[in-house]
Amino acid sequence: MSEKNDDLKKVVNQALAEQKVPHVKLDKMKPSTVDIDKLTKPSKETHQEYWGKGLTFLAIILIILLVVSIIGFVGEHGLATFFSDHVNIIHFLTSTNWDPTQGENHVGALAMIVTSFLVTLISALIAAPFAIAVALFMTEYSSKRSAKFLQSVTELLVGIPSVVYGFLGLTIIVPTIRNVFGGTGFGILAATLVLFVMVLPTITSLTVDALKAVPTELRNSSAALGATRWQTIYHVILRASTSRILTAIIFGMARAFGEALAVQMVIGNAVLMPYNLVSPSATLTSQLTSQMGNTVMGTLPNNALWSLALLLLLMSLLFNFLVHLIGKKGKK
Amino acid sequence: MKEIMTAKNVKLSYGNFEALHGIDLDFPEKRLTALIGPSGCGKSTFLRCLNRMNDDITGVKISGDIRFNGKDIYSPKMDLVALRKHVGMVFQQPTPFPFSVYDNVAYGLRIAGVKDKKLIEQRVEESLKQAAIWDETKDNLKRNAQAFSGGQQQRICIARTLAIRPEVVLLDEPTSALDPISSMEIEKTLMSLKHKYTFIMVTHNLQQASRVADQVAFLMNGNLIETGPTEKMFISPKNKVTSNYLNGRFG
Ligand SMILES: Nc1ncnc2c1ncn2[C@@H]1O[C@H](COP(=O)(O)OP(=O)(O)OP(=O)(O)O)[C@@H](O)[C@H]1O
Ligand SMILES: [Mg+2]
Repeated sequence: MSEKNDDLKKVVNQALAEQKVPHVKLDKMKPSTVDIDKLTKPSKETHQEYWGKGLTFLAIILIILLVVSIIGFVGEHGLATFFSDHVNIIHFLTSTNWDPTQGENHVGALAMIVTSFLVTLISALIAAPFAIAVALFMTEYSSKRSAKFLQSVTELLVGIPSVVYGFLGLTIIVPTIRNVFGGTGFGILAATLVLFVMVLPTITSLTVDALKAVPTELRNSSAALGATRWQTIYHVILRASTSRILTAIIFGMARAFGEALAVQMVIGNAVLMPYNLVSPSATLTSQLTSQMGNTVMGTLPNNALWSLALLLLLMSLLFNFLVHLIGKKGKK
Repeated sequence: MKEIMTAKNVKLSYGNFEALHGIDLDFPEKRLTALIGPSGCGKSTFLRCLNRMNDDITGVKISGDIRFNGKDIYSPKMDLVALRKHVGMVFQQPTPFPFSVYDNVAYGLRIAGVKDKKLIEQRVEESLKQAAIWDETKDNLKRNAQAFSGGQQQRICIARTLAIRPEVVLLDEPTSALDPISSMEIEKTLMSLKHKYTFIMVTHNLQQASRVADQVAFLMNGNLIETGPTEKMFISPKNKVTSNYLNGRFG
C-alpha cells in the first residue's frame, strides 16, 4: 500500500516538474458573492434564448405561409376547372379524351395518370433490386476504399441535372429502341429506362444509409452463431432494415413520378392511352412542361393544366404519407 | 482431464498496437474458466481469438497457435462457419435480433438447415429454460426480442447461443448488464450446465469468478500473469500482482 502511494507521489512530482505552463493557483476560485437583483433579471444568455426562439419561430411562420399559399394557389386554379368550367371530376379521372381547347367534354386525364403510374412503377421496380444489390455490395462485401469510390459515384449521379439524363436518353436510348422494336422509339420504355438510371442512385444511397443503420453487433452475433455472410444479410440485415429500404424505394418513386423534363424529352408527348411500351405517350408532368407555354391564364386549357398540377401535389402528399406510415410500422 | 482448447504464444496487434503479447492458456473440457483482469488488458480480445471474431477487424494481426480438439483453428482449411457452431459466443452487450424471441432462439438451428419443427420447438423451450428466461417469455414467444429489458435480452441471447449446442461457449461479461437476481440466475445456469459445456467467461466480478469458475486466468496489459484452479488462485496465488488484484489493491 504505502509502496504504491510513494510511487504515485513520485510520478505526480515529476509531472509537475516537467510542466511548462506554470502551476495554476486555485486561490481565486472562491464562490463569488451572489447578487440577488441580478438573478431576478434576465441574463444575457436568456436574452439570446429569446432571440433564437423568435428567429426560428419567424422562419417557421414564413415557411408555413409559403406552403399554404402554394397549396392554395394550385388548389384554386386546379379546382376552377371543375367549378367554373364545369368539367365533371369523374370524367376528368376516367376519360382518356384530352383536348381542352375543344371544351369541357374533352378534359380526361386518365391516359396521363396511367402513364405516370406505369413509368414510375416499372422504373422503381427494376431499379430497386439493382439498388439493393449495389448497396449490399457497398456495405457488406467491398473494401472501405471501393465503397467510398462507389459512394462518390452515386452522389455524382444524384447530382446530375435531369436535362442531361433526358438528353442522353434522346441520343442513345430512343434510337436504340427505334432500331430494335421499330416505331419512333419514343414511349414508356424509353422513359422507364431514363428514369431507371435516374432513380437508381437515389434508391441506392438511401438503401446504403438503411443498411449502415443496422448495428455491427447484430452482424457479429449472427456470425458467431455460425451464419454465413449471405445468411446474415438475408435473415438479419435485410429484415432489420426492411422499412427503411421500402422508404428508399418510395422516395425513388416520388422522384420518378415528379420527373418532368427528362421524361418529356423521350416519351413522345402524345396524350394517348399507352397500348404498348413503345408507343408515344405523355405523363402528367411531361404534359405540364410541354403545354405550359401554349395556354392563356384563366382559360379552360390553362385551368386543366392546373388540375394536373393539383393531382401531382396530391400524389406527393400520398408519397409522404406512405413514408410516414412505413416509418411508424418499422418502429413497432 | 482433456484440454478442449489450447492457446500457445498468442499475439495480436491492432495495427501497430500489440494488445496481446504471447498468451499460453489451456481450457479443460466441461469446466468453466474465468478470465479476469483490469479493463483494457485484452480479455475480450483474447476471447474473440478463440472463435476468430477478430478476423474482420481491419489491420489486425494474429500469430500463435490455437487448437480446438487438436485442430488448428487458424489453419486456412478451417471452416469458420463450422467452427462457430462448435464455439459459440455471448457478447458483453445484449444483441437480440429485431424479431420474435422464438425466431431469435431458433435462428442458429434454422441457418444450420434444421427443418424439423418439433426439434426446433423443443430446443427453443429447452434453451430458454437453461438460460433462466423461460418463465418470462413462455407466454409471449412471438414478441419482439428487443422489447424486453436489457437483462432479459441478455438471457435470450444466452439461450440463442445454447440452442445450437456448442461445445465451447465464450461469454464476455455476460452479467455486466444484469441486476443481482438475474446475475444469480445466470450463475446458477452456468453451474448446472458446466458439466455439459465448456465455458470461458470474462468477468469483472471476482466473487462471481470465485463462485462459478473451476479455473481462473489473470491477465494484465496483454500478458497472462497467472492461471490455476480457482481456490489456489484466490487463497495462495504465486504472483504478488495477482494477490494484489484479487484483494482489491489496484486502482
Ligand atoms: N478494434 C480495436 N481496434 C484497436 N484497438 C482495440 C480494438 N479493440 C480493443 N483494442 C485495444 O486493445 C486493448 C484490449 O482491449 P480489450 O477490449 O480486449 O480489453 P478488455 O480486457 O476486454 O477490457 P474491458 O474489461 O474494459 O472490457 C485495449 O487497449 C483496447 O484499446
Ligand atoms: Mg471487454
